[in-house]
Amino acid sequence: MSNLNEQMADRYKNNFLKEIEEQAEMGEWVKMCMQCGLCSGSCPTHFHSGWDHPPQEIFMLIRAGKREEVLNSQGMYMCTSCYNCYVRCPRKVPVTHVMHGIAEYAYRIGRAPKAQPTLHLSKTFWTNATKYGRVNEVQLTQSLYFKDGIGSGIKKAMEMQKEALGLVMAGRLNPMEALGMGHKCKDVSGIHKMLAKAEELEAKNKAAKADTAGKE
Amino acid sequence: MTSVVATNQTILVVGGGISGMTAALEAAETGKQVVLVERNPYLGGRTVQLYRYFPKMCHPTCGLEINLRRLKANPRIQVLTMAEVTGITGGKGNYSVSLKLKPRFVNENCTACGDCAQAVQTEIDDAYNYNLTKVKAAFLPSIFAYPQRYVIDPSIVGGAEGEAAKAACKYNAVDLTMKEETVTLNAGAIVWATGWKPYDAEKIVYYGYDRFPNVVTNVEFERMADPRGPTGGKILRPSDGKEAKNVAFIQCAGSRDENHLRHCSRFCCMGSLKQTHYVQEAFGDEGKSTIYYIDIRAIDRFEDFYQKVKANPNVSFVKSKVARITQDKDGNPVCNGVNTEGYLRYATAHDLVVLAVGMEPEVKGVSIPAEVMSDSSGFVMADPANAGIFGAGCATNALDVNRAVQSATAAALRAIQVVNKVARAEG
Ligand SMILES: Cc1cc2nc3c(=O)[nH]c(=O)nc-3n(C[C@H](O)[C@H](O)[C@H](O)COP(=O)(O)OP(=O)(O)OC[C@H]3O[C@@H](n4cnc5c(N)ncnc54)[C@H](O)[C@@H]3O)c2cc1C
Ligand code: SF4
Ligand code: SF4
Repeated sequence: MSNLNEQMADRYKNNFLKEIEEQAEMGEWVKMCMQCGLCSGSCPTHFHSGWDHPPQEIFMLIRAGKREEVLNSQGMYMCTSCYNCYVRCPRKVPVTHVMHGIAEYAYRIGRAPKAQPTLHLSKTFWTNATKYGRVNEVQLTQSLYFKDGIGSGIKKAMEMQKEALGLVMAGRLNPMEALGMGHKCKDVSGIHKMLAKAEELEAKNKAAKADTAGKE
Repeated sequence: MTSVVATNQTILVVGGGISGMTAALEAAETGKQVVLVERNPYLGGRTVQLYRYFPKMCHPTCGLEINLRRLKANPRIQVLTMAEVTGITGGKGNYSVSLKLKPRFVNENCTACGDCAQAVQTEIDDAYNYNLTKVKAAFLPSIFAYPQRYVIDPSIVGGAEGEAAKAACKYNAVDLTMKEETVTLNAGAIVWATGWKPYDAEKIVYYGYDRFPNVVTNVEFERMADPRGPTGGKILRPSDGKEAKNVAFIQCAGSRDENHLRHCSRFCCMGSLKQTHYVQEAFGDEGKSTIYYIDIRAIDRFEDFYQKVKANPNVSFVKSKVARITQDKDGNPVCNGVNTEGYLRYATAHDLVVLAVGMEPEVKGVSIPAEVMSDSSGFVMADPANAGIFGAGCATNALDVNRAVQSATAAALRAIQVVNKVARAEG
């Protein structure tokens, strides 16, 4: 059996819009877009050089069947969830959620770009938050600072020293978290069970989707 | 007391804009009795507040004059101004309608000489000019107002200024004893032609209409271009009075938007195309217009008009819904967004931004005093359960004048059929 990416491409032949509608969460909204450009114009991250395609362009590329362009795009990952587009879209397209849905789908079929910083952040955040049921800010920051090696990690930490100290003084950051102490949720094992169940349901759901993929 | 002659063979027309006037005239010219009720102190509705008309670029007063001539020549139409319908009971062929008439404090002796206004100092908001300026509390709403009669604002009645206005009038036309009246009349059929109102631009928060003085609406721009308007026809920026030679038009401001008006307002693309002529006319080749649009909807025979504007090198088009307006240090409004042809970000400063706000039915939120169906935008729809009340013009849909008039003629025809039936039944 070929990989999931090729499987899907094969199943949907050239109908990438249908693929997104069926496979990506909120994908069914893509066809509601009227290409007005309000979302792209409202997006603060568009100033970032890494952003090749704004949401409106992603939606048009999907409709035009440009599978490779979309799956290779950084656009979906650059979304910071500011929700500017979401609240303004004249067609009430939940732009933020559609972007996440497409990113998640690309990731699922193994097409997420390598070394994508926001993808890295999401994964790190998820691992961190699910460990104790609450985010351990110190460990989260550490793992992000040191992702490119010790040297650059120390440099970044030094730069942010003043801010960190301010947060500690204000009681917003507990240095003990570095040692795995600090705030946790009451029933950690309960949370873990819940997450395991959710994962199981989601896997089932997605497997079913993959099975019926492309069939009327 | 105002006396109105009406029976169940009378057609009542509510709203005296171009649609209501048309419906009233069409019905009366076939021999029907018509009562035309208008809330303003004058007839003509919102068209008379336009500087020029597309597609022919003529002045609205010209069309108004023809209609007024027909109206004056027709004894079967009774016109009631400053009047509003407050209740409708009964059914098709036999309605009973109650009206509230506000006092004008000026009777038919008025020759519109204006002496009363000379005697008055108090100023009130000038509704005719969308409150861009003030008028005396004794005023003629516009020089073409019909009836050609002054109005005295209630704020000065009962005070010294009211008395001064009365004393100044040589024709005994000022009558400060007038009171609000309630009148009930019969009607066999009703034409509902209460028109539209501009969408409230403040609600489109990211365009900053309430924050930036140099962001105006298309209806205000009509008044700014009119030689009889608040700026004497000069296109000047509200903030500093500088000539606005570089004007941006933002299409679909509030229309085609699930967060604002769901519908396409239909006239506003043409409205802005028309308004680029005002800029060209005022400043020649120095006048530059930029239209920001989603797609231009110059429907059927208006395509020619669009093509001509497009060929004008002083008009540019940017295919983009502007995402945000900001203001630079010189008070220039700056349009921010992404040009969808090439997905390029822009931040362009203009002297003035005109929001092409859409049409909202005037009756939205104000309930028609009878069961009448409306669509999801609040426009009146034909209702089989109430087969004697017919919508006309912009009360039924966002329409340009041409289409509003067509719809009014259709409504008149339906109303005529109802009263004909009544007449046959009564033998
Ligand atoms: C900026 C702008 C530019 C435009 N330019 C053009 C153009 O160039 N060419 C063109 O064809 N169209 C143009 N239009 C469209 C045009 O204005 C409308 O088609 C026209 O006004 C419709 O007329 P109407 O009689 O249906 O409504 P209205 O003009 O709104 O008349 C309705 C009348 O009913 C009265 N009324 C309301 N409620 C009540 C009530 N409860 N009781 C009694 N009376 C009531 C109102 O006072 C008003 O007099 C433009 C519109 C805008 C906004
Ligand atoms: S704002 Fe909505 S309709 Fe406009 S381009 Fe973006 S998604 Fe499409
Ligand atoms: S007529 Fe043009 S500006 Fe007006 S709502 Fe329709 S598309 Fe938008």
